[in-house]
This record gives sequence, structure tokens and C-alpha cells, in this order.
Amino acid sequence: MSATTAVPAPALSLRPWLTAAIVWGLLLTVPFWLPLVGGYTALAARVLVMGLAAMSFNLLLGFTGQMSFGHAAYFGLGAYGAGLSLKYLAASTPLAMLMGVLLGGLAGTLFGLLIVRRRGVYFAMVTVAFGQIAFYIAYSWNSLTGGYDGLRGFVRAPINLGFTTVDIANNDIAFYYFLLVVFGIAVGLLGLLLASPFGRTLLAIRENERRARFLGIPIERHIWLSFSISCAFTALAGSLYALLNNFADPMGLHYSLSGEIVIMAVMGGMRAFWGPLVGAALFVVVQDYISSMTVNWMSFVGLIFVLVVLFFPRGLLGMLQGRGSQ
Amino acid sequence: MTMLDVRGVTKQFGSLVAVSEVSMLVAPGELRAIIGPNGAGKTTFFNMISGFFPPTRGEIVFDGTTITRMPVAARVAMGMARTFQITEIFPELTVGQNVRIGVESALGLRQRVWLGGRDAAAVRQGIEEALVMTGLASKAGRLVGELSHGDQRAAEIATALTLKPRLLLLDEPTAGMGEHETYAVANLIRRLHRNSSYTIVLIEHDMRVVFNLADKITVLTEGKLLAEGTPAEIADNPAVQEAYLGKAE
Repeated sequence: MSATTAVPAPALSLRPWLTAAIVWGLLLTVPFWLPLVGGYTALAARVLVMGLAAMSFNLLLGFTGQMSFGHAAYFGLGAYGAGLSLKYLAASTPLAMLMGVLLGGLAGTLFGLLIVRRRGVYFAMVTVAFGQIAFYIAYSWNSLTGGYDGLRGFVRAPINLGFTTVDIANNDIAFYYFLLVVFGIAVGLLGLLLASPFGRTLLAIRENERRARFLGIPIERHIWLSFSISCAFTALAGSLYALLNNFADPMGLHYSLSGEIVIMAVMGGMRAFWGPLVGAALFVVVQDYISSMTVNWMSFVGLIFVLVVLFFPRGLLGMLQGRGSQ
Repeated sequence: MTMLDVRGVTKQFGSLVAVSEVSMLVAPGELRAIIGPNGAGKTTFFNMISGFFPPTRGEIVFDGTTITRMPVAARVAMGMARTFQITEIFPELTVGQNVRIGVESALGLRQRVWLGGRDAAAVRQGIEEALVMTGLASKAGRLVGELSHGDQRAAEIATALTLKPRLLLLDEPTAGMGEHETYAVANLIRRLHRNSSYTIVLIEHDMRVVFNLADKITVLTEGKLLAEGTPAEIADNPAVQEAYLGKAE
């Protein structure tokens, strides 16, 4: 079994551990280098949050082979869960995150039960449908959610560690590092999951459902598990989004955001672990930069997306890493 | 003793009767070949045995248990494995990973997020056995999608073997292969049968493979059982000769 006669990699191929090292090196030093290139820390915070959403979504798309066009629903439910918890329950950031994950994760788990028998386009269509149901509930339930104007009147609370208090409420850099810790734990768990037998079972379903079924793998149960876990992590990203903006609005549940999450994952490389983060970084930066010049920023993102899909079908990071380096 | 007892199964697709009242008894350790012209219903017959779809009528008993309408996963758990006419593998994973997924599924570890030392050792041993048996040990790190047709087929069989099946169903294992590859796969099947006493049912078009390997042969034509017997009996059967060579006018 030690005979790992690997396929010869292209000279410029990024090994997965090297990718991870570069990603962590850049993320850890953001407050030092980002201002030098004209960015600001809140922008990096958005990249982390959207990157976590796209990576969570990619557990389903890239590593289980099932498409969802409704992941914004769980992102938005995570945001509302966190916001409502801060506003009505207690001024506790960890509790807010927990409530966000529970709301989005449970919704995904229950809805997943209903849809795992559908495949392909049908699966994707019902995810859109559920997303829009969640959107209209948030949109119309004025008294609870603030309706079209969104949920306001809450702020993220400082983190009390016992021996000291981290003021994430007012200190942008402290908040960035707080996000990075949460992000690190979440993607660490996703990475462990993917490297485990369970993760390989999901890969088997992605690669060949018929073969997987005839190895005795209960396909529906594993797609359901993957969907639920993916939704819970996406909801975590949504709760961080509410903390970032001190705000939650129905657009966070809208299918256009679902589409953006798909674009991030595909553009960055859905077969590469860090691909969706790269896609999210590109998306958020282009959005920030071009939307200051024109309201039609989305057409530029669309153009970049088309070019990437045409010339690098494995996504930006997928292209850099070469084949078979998952 | 019977490993597989198929009792008068019929499969109807709308008005088309693909398989009609076919019965078959397979003993433990037997290698049974199913032959017949194209459209004879061989794969349909196979699909009913493996659980791809249930028969319209009839019954299937596997190792004493009626499995006629049992789902695939339960049949696999009882010790049934199959390969397909068009190789079904995990193309973007390595040979080792393909086999590993089978081993972990067979050991009931597929939902684990962590493997202890003992489980990890059992998995390694299972992978090694399947790779050695199929002669793929030196190709463990290669992507299956990049292997030759014959090696892909061997990888599919290796993955099926990880289930330690008591009944192995092979649908045209040498389909589309050249002389050399056919010989290699036929040899592999012979080893599995003779040395490891697997019970095997296979569909095959290559008559040299069939007559060299099979203990017994079942002949289907137009969905019906035409003949059953040892290779010598089948070779001498006038009805079989007619079906294959056309009517002697």
C-alpha cells in the first residue's frame, strides 16, 4: 500500500499543504498587509464570512455532488437566529451564534428529509422553492423580523473569556481575529469530516451513485446528512454575517445570494478544499471595488465567472493545484 | 445446499416481456455462466437478482432468505456484490481510494468521522487483500479514470471483492476487451473461483471464456430459458446450436 506512484504533477502545481499554508499565512496577517493594497479590515471580514458559506455549501456540491440553489435560506436563517437572540434573549455573542446554527441547521435537516429522494435538477429546484418560502416569511413577518427593512436594534456583545474580555463590538481588528478563530474551527471540522470514512462515502456518491449503492451505501441517508451538515455550517456563516453588520435582512435569504454562493464555489474550484474561499475573496473584492464605480458590478462578476468557467473549468484554485490533488 | 434459487421470474416492461418464467439454481462454490444472443434478457435477469428492480412475478431466494423485493443495501449486507457491463467505478479517485471506500462500507465504518488504530489496521488489511488478489497493488496510487480498460475492470472487481461477497455477479466482465486483457480478466475470475472458492454468476459473450471457466451454463433466448447444463452438454445441444448458428435449412 506504500506504492504511491502518484501522477506526475505539473511544475507549477500547488500541493494541498502548501495551499493551506499560504491561505493561513495570508489570513493571519490581514490587518498588516490589507491596508497597504488599499483594502480595509471589514472587507477581509466579509471574505471570511462568505468564504465559510461557500465552503460549507461546497460540502454538498463539490464533495457530495448535489446542487442546491437555496443555500441562502440557511445563511439568512442563521443571521436572523443570531439577531433575534441578541435582541430578545441575551446580549451574548456565543449564544447568538448557537441560535443561528440551530435555526438554520434544523431547518436544513427537516427540509433535507423531504428532498433527498429528488436528484439533479429536481433537487436543485426544490431547494430554490424552500429558499423563497423562507424569504417571504422573513419579508412578511414584520413584527418579528422587521420585514423589508430588516432586523435592527442589536449589536454584537464583547466576548468574556473569564480572565479577560475581547471587545469585538468596537475593535475591528479584534472582531476580525474573532471571526478567524470561528472560521478556523469550522473549516477544521469540515476538513476532518472530508478526510474521514464519512467524507469518502460522500465522495463515492459524487463519483458514482450506482457503484456506491451496490457497495451497500444508503445513498439518501448520506445525502441528507451532508445536506444537514452543510446547512448548519452555512447558518454559522450567516450568524457571523449578522454579527458583522449588526443587521439581518430578507435579502440574506434571497435566491440571488444562493446564486452568488454557487458562483463563489465554482469560480474558486469546487473540487479543491480552499477553492470556494478563493472564489469568495475574488467575488467580494470585485464587488467592493467595482460597485464603487458602477451599479452594474454584477455584470463584471458575471463576465469573470464566464471566463473562469470557459478557460479554467476546475476553477481558479483547481487549476493551480492540478488534477487529483484533493 | 443452494446459494441462489431463482424461481420462475418474469419481468414485464409495459407490453414487452423481457424475461419470462426463468428459473435457476446455483450451488455454493459454483461458477455459472449465462449466455444468449443480444436481447435475450440476460442483463434484465441479472438486475432482478441484484435488486436493481424487482421481478413482475416469481421469487428469488438467496442463501435461504427470500430477497425478491429486498433493497440493494440489504442484499449487499447479506453478501451479494455485482459489477456492470459498463464499468462502474469512482473515476476521479485513486485505485486505493476506490477499494478503501468498499472496505470501509463493508466493515460498517462508512459513517465514522474518526478511525481508531484497530479499525484503521483492518481497513489497511482489507485494501491490501483486494489489491493483491486483483494484481493492482502496484497501481494503488493511480487515478482509476486514467487506467486501461482492463485495469479499470480489475479495479471494479477489486472494489466488489472488498465486500467479501458470498455471491459475485459479473455482467460481461470481458466486454470490449482485447485478447490480452480478456485473458487477464478470465484468469482473475478463474483464481477467484478455484483458489478462493467464490460463488460466481457471470454473463459473458466470449465463448472461450465461458467454456473454459463455467461449471454450468444457462442459455437464454428471447427472455426464455432455452437450456441448462455442463459446458459439454450445452455444446452438444441442438437447440443451442440452432439459436447461435441459425436454423440448418
